[in-house]
Amino acid sequence: MGKREDRVRLGELAHARSGDKGNRANVGVVANDAACYNWLRVHLTETVVADYFRSLGIGAVRRYAMPNLHAFNFVIDDALAGGASRSLRLDTQGKALATALLELQIPAPIAEGEPS
Amino acid sequence: MTTPARPIRIGNGAGFWGDNLDAPFLLARDGGLDVLTLEYLAELTMAILAHLRSKDAKAGFITDFPELLERLAPLMREGGGPSIVTNAGGLNPSACSARCAMIMTGAGLGNWPVGVVSGDDLLAWIPAWIGEGVDLAHFETGEPIATVADRLVSANVYLGAQPIAEAIVGGARVVITGRVADASLTLGPAAAHFGWNWHDWDRLAGASAAGHVIECGAQATGGLWHDWANLTDLAGVGYPIAEVADDGSSIITKPADSGGLVSIGTVAEQLVYEIDDPTRYKTPDVDVDLASIQLADVGPDRVSLRGTKGQAPGPRLKLSAVYRDGWTASGLVAVVGRDAVAKARAAGRIVIERVKRAGFDLADSLVEVIGAGDVVPGVVISERMPFEVVLRVTVRDPRRAAVERFCREIAPLVTSGPPGIAGYASGRPSPRPAFGYWPALVPRELVASEVRVRSAREWTSV
Repeated sequence: MGKREDRVRLGELAHARSGDKGNRANVGVVANDAACYNWLRVHLTETVVADYFRSLGIGAVRRYAMPNLHAFNFVIDDALAGGASRSLRLDTQGKALATALLELQIPAPIAEGEPS
Repeated sequence: MTTPARPIRIGNGAGFWGDNLDAPFLLARDGGLDVLTLEYLAELTMAILAHLRSKDAKAGFITDFPELLERLAPLMREGGGPSIVTNAGGLNPSACSARCAMIMTGAGLGNWPVGVVSGDDLLAWIPAWIGEGVDLAHFETGEPIATVADRLVSANVYLGAQPIAEAIVGGARVVITGRVADASLTLGPAAAHFGWNWHDWDRLAGASAAGHVIECGAQATGGLWHDWANLTDLAGVGYPIAEVADDGSSIITKPADSGGLVSIGTVAEQLVYEIDDPTRYKTPDVDVDLASIQLADVGPDRVSLRGTKGQAPGPRLKLSAVYRDGWTASGLVAVVGRDAVAKARAAGRIVIERVKRAGFDLADSLVEVIGAGDVVPGVVISERMPFEVVLRVTVRDPRRAAVERFCREIAPLVTSGPPGIAGYASGRPSPRPAFGYWPALVPRELVASEVRVRSAREWTSV
């Protein structure tokens, strides 16, 4: 039973890349394999990502699935405090968001055949 | 065509203005390319070019490109060099082509046909279009463009691959454009090579997807890769090559013996870079369904893209405008000590307060403590307090004098701030013009691209 409580860094299950489009940012998350992708489908929701980045003062988060690539694309409104040419932030282009997202703790996948 | 044309080998040697200077030369020399593309224009780059053009009517293009041409000239003369397609024209394709033509003519390449694509620069039309009620609202905020019309410094529509292909079909070996969609730099030469129909959506989508993968240079070949520590020779990273086939499929690779990595992972990560809805990756030429792509490992550092679907693009093109938005400056100092974070935050507040007491209540300011979690503020909190941090104070104000005053308040911290402040030696910050970015959509029928192909020698006397 205790196993279910285990948490894991998102970076153990996936890799990611982020960038900007105006005042929106996107974070593309590529799962390590099909099993990780299916796990993230349940545990890496729009709500989870929106909560994680809440301190940035973001707007809506939309998730798009790309099953062929085992990937999800998260589009985050109002993530960049005005966008590349206007924001006062050091990271005006959201380049660091992907690396930050990989630190998110999510429930650890239950290994196949493991008693639950 | 009786026999299927062989794949066309297109390499991208620059992902932005400021990218590695040697990469395009090495890619042209070692990549066995048919076409070298160079993508220089980020949204922010247009703001910089607008500023340069406002000071000098002959500026506003990417000056790295003529320098590169000079270096490539011996390869080109010997016939071993690729054709070149680049958006180095920026806000001033004609000045760029004039400079390039002089260099080429001087290097014995006066007979080389150079194509110039223009028509993307719509700045002069905006006042009339506002008068006629053309809707150029900011597509994130919905505000009308009249709000910033008197401060606009540039307004460029993203042209597509058709004028590029037209220049190549017209004989051009070097094609210089202004603003075009990044993926169109790859689709243009592929469509010209295979003679594709401009309604063959899946083929157009396939080549555009390949263009999207290679448009940011080394980001497809090991740059930004999460397993960076295990990459081979990232210092000598090879820039990406797309071998595009007649069916629109492609293989992404890099020059033999170059550093980095091309894997399903590096390509997938780049496919999801800077996109919105992946099933509708919009270009002027085609809406690409990036989710339809099947990736496969087809050899060492070789990944294929197959099955890409496309559909007809919308009736409007993306317009990217830049307007003046006051002045900005940023100052940095190091702060050391067991209470470095608290001291840095206090020092930042002191700077802003002193500017206020000097008579300037700044419109916008930001204090960041680098090392204390401020790059992605509040998201990842470290429990260990760092012993040293960097204080970064950034301001923006409509008044240049206010920003000037701020610039003079960083140095005094060294003697009149908390202890442990170091590193002012890098010099006083300078006010820079600040720019706002205005994305909008413009009806296609208002846009007319222009393609001119002449020998380099003829361009020198234009």
